Amino acid sequence: MPTAEELKRRIEQGLPGARAEVEDLTGGGDHFRAEIVSDRFKGLSRIDQHKLVYDVFGDEVGGPIHALSIRTSTPEGT
Amino acid sequence: MTNAEIHDFIQNAIDEHRVMLFMKGTPEQPQCGFSLRTSACLNALEVPYAAMDILPDPRIREELSAISDWPTIPQLFVDGKLVGGCDIVTEMYESGELAALLGAEQPEGTEAPSAPEPQSPPLGLENRLD
Repeated sequence: MPTAEELKRRIEQGLPGARAEVEDLTGGGDHFRAEIVSDRFKGLSRIDQHKLVYDVFGDEVGGPIHALSIRTSTPEGT
Repeated sequence: MTNAEIHDFIQNAIDEHRVMLFMKGTPEQPQCGFSLRTSACLNALEVPYAAMDILPDPRIREELSAISDWPTIPQLFVDGKLVGGCDIVTEMYESGELAALLGAEQPEGTEAPSAPEPQSPPLGLENRLD
């Protein structure tokens, strides 16, 4: 079972410079909410921002990580 | 039904319906909280939309994700383009962007609905995969 701490570490490693806050919504290690702030989201659509995050986990999202709720923003906001 | 046929069926559904939602369950009986929340946003805007249940055959989800390059369900398409899943649709609902995109009127209050309201039923999309 992945932990919130592990997801946070992997997001921050996968997207260098990003800051992530990850919460395990159920305590069961399969429903997470992540808030991620990164420069790399600048100029990207929401779809593409979320895809960058999904790409960190590949097939695990929808598999072991049943649900990963994502909110992305850039350092200046939005 | 072959995978290629399922792929074409999904692509046709996306092409033929301006607002197309792929979800777990149906708008009347969503089988997942995220699908419920997403269809509830559409219901609150009172826009007609087609919905397809991805649960009857695991290949529906595989082929859908291959088309959209998006790993999770639900997935909302408007004008043939992926708009997003539950998080993005909810954010866009709350900001009024979804209403603007769909040419709908934003209901009072910006909080996204958490439960579907009894409305006229959305356009059904018959599931012909069996």
